Amino acid sequence: MGRHDNTPEIQVTGLSIGYGTRVLMEDLNFEVKRGEIFFIMGGSGCGKSTLLKHLIGLYEPLRGDITLRGRSIVNATEEQRLEIMRTFGVTYQGGALFGSLTVAENVAMPLEEYTDLKRAEIAAVVEAKLGLVGLKGFGDFMPGELSGGMCKRAGLARALALDPTLLFFDEPSAGLDPVSSAELDRLILDLRDRLGATVVVISHELDSVMSIADRIIMLDKTRRGIIAAGDPRELRDGCDDPGVRRFLNRDGMKK
Amino acid sequence: MNEELRQTLKNWGWKLAAPLVFIGAVVLAVPTLFRKHGFRKREVLYYLDLCGVRSVPIVVLICVLMGAVLGIQAALQLRKVGTEIFVVDLVGFAVLKEFGPLMVAMIAIGRAGSAFAAEIGTMKVNEEISALRTMGIRPEAYLVLPKLIAMLISMPLLATIGDVAGVAGGMMVGVTYVGLPLEVYWERTINSLGPVTFLLGVLKCAIFAVLVSLCGCYCGFSAEGDAQGVGRGATRAVVSGIFFVVVADAVLTVLYSFVGY
Repeated sequence: MGRHDNTPEIQVTGLSIGYGTRVLMEDLNFEVKRGEIFFIMGGSGCGKSTLLKHLIGLYEPLRGDITLRGRSIVNATEEQRLEIMRTFGVTYQGGALFGSLTVAENVAMPLEEYTDLKRAEIAAVVEAKLGLVGLKGFGDFMPGELSGGMCKRAGLARALALDPTLLFFDEPSAGLDPVSSAELDRLILDLRDRLGATVVVISHELDSVMSIADRIIMLDKTRRGIIAAGDPRELRDGCDDPGVRRFLNRDGMKK
Repeated sequence: MNEELRQTLKNWGWKLAAPLVFIGAVVLAVPTLFRKHGFRKREVLYYLDLCGVRSVPIVVLICVLMGAVLGIQAALQLRKVGTEIFVVDLVGFAVLKEFGPLMVAMIAIGRAGSAFAAEIGTMKVNEEISALRTMGIRPEAYLVLPKLIAMLISMPLLATIGDVAGVAGGMMVGVTYVGLPLEVYWERTINSLGPVTFLLGVLKCAIFAVLVSLCGCYCGFSAEGDAQGVGRGATRAVVSGIFFVVVADAVLTVLYSFVGY
């Protein structure tokens, strides 16, 4: 959106991931285009979160390559990798806020670290980001005083602090009530539409998938790979694989 | 070589190499102290308070008792040959060269080492370490250096306090139990203990500070991802901390003996 060159935002080629001799996924190939809302789905324990941790450069793959905006995060030096990491935002399952800092200090951290903004300007950005995720006025709270859902949203505010155009979400709506979950979906759509952000989401939440995902990939534990890729609504209705149809139709109860 | 054996060897190799990689990462992080926001004063002050100021009462108590115990044991033996005046030398040297730094290190392992491991281990479980990395911040720089700096400042100071307390403990015994006049005890202490003896003891304690901090932090980073894992990490920090401090003490004592101290 806005930018018109064809390099995909994320390109994964021949990727094998796992721990030691235990291979979770083999030979994964996919790409995420700019401005796309891309969901990674699959049964519990199939390696979705592990795949995410590879995409953001926390784990080294067994084989294969991952490039973010044309730069390989696998073959980068430590210094380059940290530099690539600064260009995207990640929200973690539990929020991963730093317990010794207030919510506002958490959100301010990347701004203090990487911008030359003055104290008052930082405070203004922090307040704006907290407002964006519905936490206006909670800046002085400690993370321990917030509910799980609020911690998650504060984590999102921190991920948004530097206005990244690439965002990763690890199970964003797990543990949120349906209304907050729908609000989060709207926020993700809004980020894409306003900032042209590319969003990669790990989620089981079928409602979210059907309402905001442009494209999904489905991972499978036994086949150690991608069993379906494409528009989730089309896959739900017309995928050749009955397992995928069952998953997307919630257990195949709907005929 | 079959695959399983190769993997086992690889795992063992990694287990041995991982602490070295960690130390390397900490050393490489040192230049970040000189960058903008690199020196995190608030954190350093927090750990100075936690590991330094709050340890003073226990350090004083333990070192006074240790000095007194040493005094009594020395007096019992030296009395047999009528050389009780040497209680002063024995207590003074033992406290300044060994017991002061060693007791401070043991207290630091219990207070700081285990706390560092538990803190970093919990952060790892909560994915805070991952969050730091994906914010482009080196966890070693952000989490280890403030603790290391605080320990490097506080432990030599605590050793100094411990030395004074230990000598005072010995003096109490010397004056009351052995019957030496206070002035005699004091004068002999001043004359027999030189500044080099004191400084070498303090230097020892600074080296212990590095070992205790690194053991604590490393055990936190290598904790497995649940509450029990954090508990095991804290235990490992204490046990490995004691081990490395005692080994370093042995090595330093031998090295010091070569230069006549």
